[in-house]
Amino acid sequence: MATDHSRLAGRFMISPAVLLLLGWMIVPLSMTIYFSFLNYNLLSPGMEEFIGLTNYEFFLTDPAFFDALGNTLLLVGGVLVITIIGGVGLALLLDQPMWGQGIVRILVIAPFFVMPTVSALVWKNMFMNPVNGLFAHAAKFMGLEPFDFLAHAPLFSIILIVAWQWLPFATLILLTALQSLDKEQLEAAKMDGARKFRRFYYIVLPHLARAITVVILIQTIFLLSVFAEILVTTNGGPGTASTNITYLVYLQSLLQFDVGSGSAGGIVAVVLANIVAFFLMRMIGKNLEA
Amino acid sequence: MGSINLENVSKSFGETRVIPPLNLDIEEGEFVVFVGPSGCGKSTLLRLIAGLEDVTTGTIHIDGADVTEVRPARRGLAMVFQSYALYPHMSVRKNIAFPLKMAGMDPGEIDQKVDRAASVLNLTDYLERRPGQLSGGQRQRVAIGRAIVRSPKAFLFDEPLSNLDAALRVNMRLEISELHKNLKTTMIYVTHDQIEAMTMADKIVVLQAGVIEQVGSPMELYRSPANLFVAGFIGSPKMNFIEGAEAAARNAKTIGVRPEHLRLSTDSGTWKGTIGVSEHLGSDTFFHVAAEGIGNLTVRAPGEVELSYGDTVFVTPEPDKVYAFDDKGQVVR
Repeated sequence: MATDHSRLAGRFMISPAVLLLLGWMIVPLSMTIYFSFLNYNLLSPGMEEFIGLTNYEFFLTDPAFFDALGNTLLLVGGVLVITIIGGVGLALLLDQPMWGQGIVRILVIAPFFVMPTVSALVWKNMFMNPVNGLFAHAAKFMGLEPFDFLAHAPLFSIILIVAWQWLPFATLILLTALQSLDKEQLEAAKMDGARKFRRFYYIVLPHLARAITVVILIQTIFLLSVFAEILVTTNGGPGTASTNITYLVYLQSLLQFDVGSGSAGGIVAVVLANIVAFFLMRMIGKNLEA
Repeated sequence: MGSINLENVSKSFGETRVIPPLNLDIEEGEFVVFVGPSGCGKSTLLRLIAGLEDVTTGTIHIDGADVTEVRPARRGLAMVFQSYALYPHMSVRKNIAFPLKMAGMDPGEIDQKVDRAASVLNLTDYLERRPGQLSGGQRQRVAIGRAIVRSPKAFLFDEPLSNLDAALRVNMRLEISELHKNLKTTMIYVTHDQIEAMTMADKIVVLQAGVIEQVGSPMELYRSPANLFVAGFIGSPKMNFIEGAEAAARNAKTIGVRPEHLRLSTDSGTWKGTIGVSEHLGSDTFFHVAAEGIGNLTVRAPGEVELSYGDTVFVTPEPDKVYAFDDKGQVVR
């Protein structure tokens, strides 16, 4: 075991890395906080002045803010529901012995390697386009009116695109968890008279609880900051129908050149993310304990 | 309740034939042990009886009813797995109650049965714990508890003691034997450990490469092994096998003498040899003797015998305890 002396030396030696990381985090955060209290517009440089909480007041009373908040939660929740249910289903299918299993698994993972901008463009132009899209052709083939997804169901369309991107991730994590399930447990349940559905409910699902928790936590972090998919498909519209908090911050700071208000929005987003994290850990954090 | 008959049962995995057709009758209330080296098909045979594997050919009858196509739960058998296969996210109580819950039994009755099983197995204080918080022996007892609450026609044990340490294994061996005496239910027990087989069984089935080599009570197998394999497998330490001139003199390819049927003397005897390694157990002493023209022999001497490395000794077999085997390994009577 380490002596006091070697422990002290150890702390001394990791301190540069710790300090660097701390600075890396603290500097941008404090600058953002500082900017959020300034009247700072890039169109009128050199006119910065301290204006207290006015930026926050503007950001929080903006009617777009509550739409964006709702959209953010719907986006995160919707994608989570689709990827968890779809991921469990796909993992169960891929766990079955079949011919060409290795290749099928690689194919399933593939969407995760496509960058968000590209996949959103592919969905927008090749699937959801009301004139040339595959869905439009399918609708016409069946004699139906083509549906303009991005105009009439913008948030739903974006949820679909993002879920498609994250489904492989969920599937992969859940599949590895499924493969670590002791086969004797399933056989014991079979001997105990549990049929397929009950074996899934009483044995497989509790076994997957921890993996599902990990998927929810990791995905939530990334889904709170979905941006590229919105930018290349709907631009947050029509109106604010598909604007989330991240996109609203972009609208404020970059399209209106208002750094102060954008920074305030950024800080609000950080606070919201922490609130979400707090509730998530309260709800499902116990699954992570060994 | 609890007789099991196998008729021409065989099992192949693809092209590989694991068990060639075999017949086996297990009487009601018997404690039957399948024993054999690893990979001999004993676990597969147990899984065929349990219904976890489908037979390739043949039929299985339990209490006279054909259950070959019946699913595991409906066969009325309970199984204890090598890894215990407890459900890690359920408390001990829920683990034991699981089969009853699946059977749709009324909760009050379930509680009663679980409490009774727990008191039989000394688990009452642990009912609210998770399997992860229990020791190996306690987990083993939970697995047995989950089996006995169903009041099955027969218990199947798949190497249940192999994950326990030596002292605990001896205890659990006794507990399982005791359980069998109390419940009087048929039990089928799979092990590779011939000591477990000898101490617990009413009837031992010795398997090699899926073939039943011999079936009989422990003492029958010990006294009159049918072939070289059974002779070498049953008994500890292993029987000494001697080939060559000494065997030819008795019209056999191989002769076998158990270590406990060899007499050791310092002045006269049939075979002359020198003492090699000796193992002192207190109650017994095992000598490894290099005998001239015979080969290495293991000799058991009762009690404490002081002979040291390199001493010259004489070894004499008890005349009526020498087994002779022909060139196919079958015993010659």
